[in-house]
Amino acid sequence: MQIRDAATAKEIGISLIPQEFNLVSDLNVYENIFLGDEMRKPNGFLDRKGMIARTNELLDELNAAIDPEAKIQNLSVAQKQMVEIAKAIKSESRLLIMDEPTTVLTSNEIEILYRLMRKLKERGVTLVYISHKLKEVKAICDRVMVLRDGEFIGLDAVANLGIEEMARRMVGRELSQIFPVKVQGGTEIVFSASHVTVPGVLEDVSFELRRGEILGFSGLIGAGRTEVAETIIGLRKASAGDFRVAGKKYTPKNPRESVKAGIAYLSEDRQGSGILTAFDLVKNTTLVSLENYSHPFIDAKAEKAKTESYVREFNIKAATLDTRLEYLSGGNQQKVSLAKSMDTEPKILIVDEPTRGIDVKAKSDIYAFIRSLADRGLSVIFISSELEEIIGMCTRVIVMKEGRIVGEAEGASINEEEIMYFATGVKGGH
Amino acid sequence: MNAAAQGIKKINIEKYGSLLALAFLVIVSTIVYPRFVELQNLLNIMRQVSYTGIIALGMTFVIISGGIDLSVGSMAALSGALAILTLNALAGALSTSPEWIAVALPILGAAVVALLIGAFSGFLNGLMVTKGRIAPFIVTLGTMAIFRSLTLYIGNAGEFRSQSPAYGAMGMSVILGIPLPVWIFIFLAFLLNILLNSTRFGRYTCAIGSNQKVAQYSAIDVDWVRLKSYIIVGMMVAVSAVLISARLNSISSTNVGKDYEMDAIAAVVIGGTAMTGGRGTVWGTVVGAIILGIINNMLNMLGVSPYLQGTVKGLVIIGAVFIQRRK
Repeated sequence: MQIRDAATAKEIGISLIPQEFNLVSDLNVYENIFLGDEMRKPNGFLDRKGMIARTNELLDELNAAIDPEAKIQNLSVAQKQMVEIAKAIKSESRLLIMDEPTTVLTSNEIEILYRLMRKLKERGVTLVYISHKLKEVKAICDRVMVLRDGEFIGLDAVANLGIEEMARRMVGRELSQIFPVKVQGGTEIVFSASHVTVPGVLEDVSFELRRGEILGFSGLIGAGRTEVAETIIGLRKASAGDFRVAGKKYTPKNPRESVKAGIAYLSEDRQGSGILTAFDLVKNTTLVSLENYSHPFIDAKAEKAKTESYVREFNIKAATLDTRLEYLSGGNQQKVSLAKSMDTEPKILIVDEPTRGIDVKAKSDIYAFIRSLADRGLSVIFISSELEEIIGMCTRVIVMKEGRIVGEAEGASINEEEIMYFATGVKGGH
Repeated sequence: MNAAAQGIKKINIEKYGSLLALAFLVIVSTIVYPRFVELQNLLNIMRQVSYTGIIALGMTFVIISGGIDLSVGSMAALSGALAILTLNALAGALSTSPEWIAVALPILGAAVVALLIGAFSGFLNGLMVTKGRIAPFIVTLGTMAIFRSLTLYIGNAGEFRSQSPAYGAMGMSVILGIPLPVWIFIFLAFLLNILLNSTRFGRYTCAIGSNQKVAQYSAIDVDWVRLKSYIIVGMMVAVSAVLISARLNSISSTNVGKDYEMDAIAAVVIGGTAMTGGRGTVWGTVVGAIILGIINNMLNMLGVSPYLQGTVKGLVIIGAVFIQRRK
């Protein structure tokens, strides 16, 4: 049979609990549970009492102590998840799909979730549990299917499969030949973080960045890598701990101070926070470094000349320098974004998912360029979710999980299994 | 139509659309009413549009940065009123001084006070928009009421009359055949055009209107730049308020500045500045202001009821935004 839309799926008993909850935060619990399917009295008005009673039944079944009339915005994340599940049960789902349900839960709440899942299973509900956390898969699932880059890799009984084997299946692929030779990196420490904490985001993050090295930050999505970068450039405030640039204390209050300190950031969200698609090449390239071109009026010639030199150096393909970036390919946009970061003449460059959504040729151009920066003595923090990049490029790798640094690898110990073990919590505790 | 021709057409509409509209309007006006092109009539139109045109120049920056200022009309009344009060107070105090001091200083003082009031009012608007994180529409809707009410209170809902004949003479003055407000309008347009296109502030204003998050990540002091755009419009309002109060040699607390926000926003939008922010030109705004002036002039000459002129203006604004949308 064909499922054309969400309504059809619901009709035949399929429910999805998405990673980002699908609840209206201004409405209360019972209103959310009955949203679009309200109970009515014979006179056509809403049957509030009936809905509240039914909501109470549902929540009792889940052993969840939640007031049906509480507003969603006042609930904890775990409680919101319970409401999502109650919604699914109410519609008598026979197949319940949960996408990363535990990312936001504490271990206690995870236990409750497990109990609930077992209960649903006993009642004959089929559960699909999507997770990066292999320990959890091992703990709760019967069978496990591994997918990689949209490709089916294998389906096995969990009992027959060790966590290590699962991790291997998740990553195992050949390293392609597009990476330059690795840099060794120096010994001089140019930047350090010690015990940096951002409430609810980062906890006790400490690391050192050496001159001329490429330091990888690996981990699953949501592990806190971008948040580390955002804290370094002053977009987030640390409640404890400090940074040092070349030994001197550095407490950035905004991105301007990071630029002054010689730190540049290439955003992971190219169109959302990296480039201005409505601006041309020149205006994008000099956006951060515009001060250097203003005396006090902008020297358009100098701007143009500099942009031209980047176009040659990075091999940027664009009709003219006046072309708006919306007409450029993703790879060329990314190169402009890199030029923009480089034009501030940083000593430390943070690149966040620098090759996301760009073609192989542009990727290898960017790899070669980053490598050449390290040669010139710049220090690079390389954040990436693509393990092969991390392994192909980095002198050292830091692995993060749930806002903490859980492991570090250097030299020969930088391999996919090692990183995956840390990232999924097989190794490194917590 | 082939691609090249389409490309040319697109560039034309985007860049010169308002200029084309102006040319069209001039031709039609001349045919319908030949006296339209007489120098005196053209200068009249220019004088009329320069008061709100000057405000529109500042409004261009606010709108490009992604904001709006509805309080300009009330602000004009308030700063004009305080300019006249200053003028009279200084004229009284200096009446025994040498003649040129007794004449010039009060006018200078009035202009300075108006500029300070305008800049400070703009600063307040900007502060609430940036630090207070309140929508510009709401902030300036509120201050629109506040500035007007303060003016009414100070003037007891009456008129502020200037006691300086020189002030009135300045307002009526014509230099090299062209009225003073027109000179100032053109001069400020030159100045703000440079500010928009050749300074960091102008570039940052466009960047913020285009994508505020990118601007923030690009180490731009977003709040400060936005705040400055409101200060600029405030100062333009002050200039306009001095010119209009000099022209009338008085300020009516109930009438002066009425619908200025409408005219200023209309001029900016007709001039091709995107209501959504990010791009726009100062010269476009000048053209937009003149288009509005010609429409008004034609409606007057054709004897259309003044009560209907608002309808036409409203339709023109909506039409201009509609054309932008389709691009």
